Amino acid sequence: MMQTSRPVGLLGYGVYVPRYRIAGKEIARIWTDGQGGVPVEAKSVPGLDEDTITMSIEAGRSALLRAGVPAQALSVVWVGSESHPYSVKPSGTIVAEALGTSPWISAADYQFACKAGSEALTAAMGMVGSGMAQYALAIGADTAQGRPGDALEYTASAGAAALLVGAAEDALATIDATVSYVSDTPDFFRRADRPYPVHGHRFTGEPAYFHHIKSATTRLLSELGRTAADFTYAIFHQPNAKFPQTVAKQLGFSEAQIKPGLLSPLIGNTYSAIALAGLCATLDIARPGDTILMTTYGSGSGADAYALTVTDALLERRGRAPLMAAYLARQEFVDYAVYAKWRGKLVLG
Amino acid sequence: MDLAKRWRQKPAYYRLEGQRHRTSGEVRFPPQPPRVGESGEEWEAYPLRGTGEIYSFAGVRTAAPEYAAQTPYLVALVRLDEGLLVSAQLTDCDEAELQIGQRVEMVTRRMSDTGVDGLLVYAYKFRPVLE
Repeated sequence: MMQTSRPVGLLGYGVYVPRYRIAGKEIARIWTDGQGGVPVEAKSVPGLDEDTITMSIEAGRSALLRAGVPAQALSVVWVGSESHPYSVKPSGTIVAEALGTSPWISAADYQFACKAGSEALTAAMGMVGSGMAQYALAIGADTAQGRPGDALEYTASAGAAALLVGAAEDALATIDATVSYVSDTPDFFRRADRPYPVHGHRFTGEPAYFHHIKSATTRLLSELGRTAADFTYAIFHQPNAKFPQTVAKQLGFSEAQIKPGLLSPLIGNTYSAIALAGLCATLDIARPGDTILMTTYGSGSGADAYALTVTDALLERRGRAPLMAAYLARQEFVDYAVYAKWRGKLVLG
Repeated sequence: MDLAKRWRQKPAYYRLEGQRHRTSGEVRFPPQPPRVGESGEEWEAYPLRGTGEIYSFAGVRTAAPEYAAQTPYLVALVRLDEGLLVSAQLTDCDEAELQIGQRVEMVTRRMSDTGVDGLLVYAYKFRPVLE
């Protein structure tokens, strides 16, 4: 279990989900003649003018607004993603300038499949917890791609979540402890310069998602001396709708505990953003004193588990920026042809 | 590729930063060099709030090459709450639902893509206020 020497917490949070959606049934219409089930009802689709950077900017602005912290006071802007618009040139510096930070900050990009955002969060806890920084902004954002016709195409979606880490006494939720568990597991990967990732089929599921999430979560619970029943809410990484519900059940969490943060049935898997956005959606409805467990997962593989406690400050700050519900409410469905054009799936000439 | 032009306009493009005259309080956008006879110290950077209303709007179906891939898209004159009139693209909305006087807010979006060996250009657009 990792704990900071100075207590830390979340001072603000912000989310972003694009306006556009494609229905799972619409993807099935193209590839399976509409036969069989779909892993999520719909997934978010980024507009033509959206990418990891633009979504990070909006989520980051909301996190700053909620915290009431001016951008100039930030010491850190870190963006975790597997879909950074540039291979070489950081997203972090563009996001930082758009937020209006000082140039005297640390800005960097993280990469760890769907766990890149939580890597940034853990590192931000270290910066603030050691006294190196007063305010650190950790962002997870992705415009994930799935190969046309692949199972992944039903879920790989777009969104962002930003968490502003600062001293626990100013926090709307304290971060009490974290555990990180990693191993070299080839469940899912994408080589450099390849457009779409591939599955290491034999490694998908049990040895990857379930093993890592359960390892990190049970270790955190045992070291804190708590059980699943001690938490008001829980969020687990959401590659589809089924996995998080299954792992929650296996770990002893109820449907009611994971419901506020279960977003994948509505927007798909926003990769680096999905667990963090689930946490934000849970904070949208949480009350002071509530306890929240979040376990992220990234292929390749690793899981980070966090225990948080909501403070009184949440009630005053929650309404300062749009809630997840506002982003979920705007839904403009596109058909497969528009989706294919926008996502660069049509090869011309 | 005009790297320097985009780079110079970052504060205005990325976050709608204008200028305010230190003595008269006049606000202007986009930022400009000092006028003849003025010193560079007379105007200071001034972040605009990014909220306003639609003064007028139009649909673009035939665009300059840099924006051709995005057609059809919407442009508007936006009356900012600071009183300035700014021209910008609109995003996340449909022409049929727009009205003169509608409240809009600034978002930073990808404005253009200058090619696989070029830069991505990010800049302000406006969208109907997210409820």
